[in-house]
Amino acid sequence: MNNDLLSRSAEALFWLSRYVERAENLARILDVNESFSRDRAGARNWLSVVQINTDNAAFFARHPLADPAAVIAFYVTDAANPTSILSALRAARENARTLRPLISTEMWVQLNRFHARLAGLAAEELAPGRLAPLLSEIKEACQTHTGITEGTFFRDQGWYFCQLGRYLERADQTTRLLDVKYHVLLPRAEEVGSPVDASQWNALLRSAAGYHAYRRLHPRGIAPAQVAGFLLLNRRFPRSVYLCVREAELALADLTARYGLRNGRAAAEELDALRGILSAMTIEDVLIGGLHEFLDMVQLRLAATARALGEGFFGSPPT
Amino acid sequence: MILTDYAAPGLHCELTDNPAGGEIRARLERLSIDALQARAAAAEAELYNLGITFTVYSDKDAIDRILPFDVIPRVIAAEEWRHIEAGVIQRVAALNLLLADLYHDQHILKDGVLPPALILGHKQFRPEMIGVDLPHGTYVHICGTDIIRGADGGFMVLEDNARTPSGVSYVIENRHMMLRAFPDLVDGIGLRAVDDYGLRLRAALRACAPPAAADPQIVLLSPGAYNSAFFEHVFLAREMGVPLVEGRDLVVRDDRVFMRTIGGLAPVEMIYRRINDDFLDPEVFNPDSLLGVPGLMRAYRAGNLGLANAIGTGVADDKAVYAYMPRIIRYYLGQEPILPNVETHLCREPEGLAYTLDHLAELVVKPVGEAGGYGITIGPRASAAELAACRAQLLADPANYIAQPCIALSVAPTLIDGKVEPRHVDLRPFAITGAGTWVLPGGLTRVALRRGSLVVNSSQGGGSKDTWVLE
Repeated sequence: MNNDLLSRSAEALFWLSRYVERAENLARILDVNESFSRDRAGARNWLSVVQINTDNAAFFARHPLADPAAVIAFYVTDAANPTSILSALRAARENARTLRPLISTEMWVQLNRFHARLAGLAAEELAPGRLAPLLSEIKEACQTHTGITEGTFFRDQGWYFCQLGRYLERADQTTRLLDVKYHVLLPRAEEVGSPVDASQWNALLRSAAGYHAYRRLHPRGIAPAQVAGFLLLNRRFPRSVYLCVREAELALADLTARYGLRNGRAAAEELDALRGILSAMTIEDVLIGGLHEFLDMVQLRLAATARALGEGFFGSPPT
Repeated sequence: MILTDYAAPGLHCELTDNPAGGEIRARLERLSIDALQARAAAAEAELYNLGITFTVYSDKDAIDRILPFDVIPRVIAAEEWRHIEAGVIQRVAALNLLLADLYHDQHILKDGVLPPALILGHKQFRPEMIGVDLPHGTYVHICGTDIIRGADGGFMVLEDNARTPSGVSYVIENRHMMLRAFPDLVDGIGLRAVDDYGLRLRAALRACAPPAAADPQIVLLSPGAYNSAFFEHVFLAREMGVPLVEGRDLVVRDDRVFMRTIGGLAPVEMIYRRINDDFLDPEVFNPDSLLGVPGLMRAYRAGNLGLANAIGTGVADDKAVYAYMPRIIRYYLGQEPILPNVETHLCREPEGLAYTLDHLAELVVKPVGEAGGYGITIGPRASAAELAACRAQLLADPANYIAQPCIALSVAPTLIDGKVEPRHVDLRPFAITGAGTWVLPGGLTRVALRRGSLVVNSSQGGGSKDTWVLE
């Protein structure tokens, strides 16, 4: 049995997955916004992307206005913005570079090419009409990474850290995707239920690749509460917060049992608590307490899980 | 016909003067220059995508460069290789015997074969190693011997690299790429394989681990992803199937070395280190080093750790000690050197200095402590001002220099801007020594891509070729 995964490598694998997943979800958020922004709330829609990533200070230090071009450039190609897709990919690649003895050559080659493609993007490719295909391309390249990892990466200790990173990030990003929508629409109560609203909820579902599954579950139509419930609590949807937390929990349990590791307990307790909450609550319960507040709570618990993994496995000092 | 206009008058050509090169020449002739260029471009793109690169760091970005690669292979006949291989094995044996003697009884100094001042005052001589016994007496586990060939076709050793010689990853990756890009050239030609280097290296490291360790944990110690040779470290760790660690992953407790894993501290018994002596242990060597591991030397001296290469091998691959190698081989082995040295004048000796000053315009003058082709003055190519500067340096610090005749290095056909032209080459075979010595067939052929240049180092515009040893 190979018991020689360096703490540093485990951490790098965790972040490699997180960064690629983050880039994919950022592309999804921009994509859904591109679809929303044709209505009269367009300007506020773009501002919401900045708010959701808590980038207000960094963004307005560089741009006077949250217009589409500025927000898109800030989040796609701005190398100086640490939360841009390009920065996420650069960080993923730097982690992958240190991991090259562990990851497959195919993983490295794809990531290396993908990064080179993004680093060489021309400004015209962000123009209206070309942005949507570009975001699709980014999304697909991230999925390709995930697929190559699934199909080529040896499944010893390191594999579990990839899984943990991917699912924690995906859960976090799904909360943010949902938050974008609520930030913009819930205060405008008069629009809830209007035809514009339905099309925007459709777009949200499509950007999370959940539209068809949702339709099968709720054939009579789109209801905001049901969409939120679907993205948060559904047991079968691969991007729901519940399913991601459950997958992370299983990966951690498998890792610690298989390799006799005792130092994952704190993280396991965090995940268990969060899954307990997600199992016990209905979307109605969530909405009574406030969706935004609930999403905040989930994000804090996910962050606490990552911290516990750091202390248990990566040699981070206790907080 | 890509070789139609090719000629290398007055020089030895590794392809056209090679009696074993006929079939390869004939196959090359079937390719058009366009096809050759297209395949070369595809091969370079693949090297880049695979990340077979060295890394140059600017202020904010990592820039990956590939070592320029020439697709026309350098060919070595079976007979030539047997000669080189025997010469390298002999040389490595002498180096190991020399180091074992210098760090024990120092017979060679007492017998007056080597001047004690040259050794004992050398900054790479490590008194910490005196009396330390190493398994199999192996100090130089991995050796890179730089070999050149003059106009008469004779092989000569130019330099021994007994510290942390690099370049072997290019040998193996170049081959993988040639097999993919030129299957028609390779097919049935009887090429000696190079892909068991990792297995051989691992076996040698295993043989040199502390005997008390039943199943020694071997690791490769790298300065990290920011080191320009990081790809090679990745490559070797992968080929051996061992963890690639950095100094911060290791810790010494009670004179034993451990690595930090997700399950806690795990013992380490053998380290292939790609960090120089100076940076290896801040307790003993450079106290400012952040790359090393405090206490490593204690574990090593206590016999709880093996290091490859050993500490203190730098005293043996010095350019001044090099001049004594024929005498060292005779002293320890009672044999004549199979591969001769290039004639070398030691400027530390009055007659050597006098000769060098008298013949400055014909000689190559090298500082003894430099590597990578830095600080060299090539007499026939130097301006009057450069010669004057060289003379002043020689007079100021003669012991820091050696001088050698300017050798017309052999050439090999090389694809340059859509034409095939002769370019100078050298050869660095890699020898692995555990209980015995094994030499990887071929080695790294470096090629000076600038017309007329004799400097093959990658830092000075050099590239590489695949080296084909024929069966």
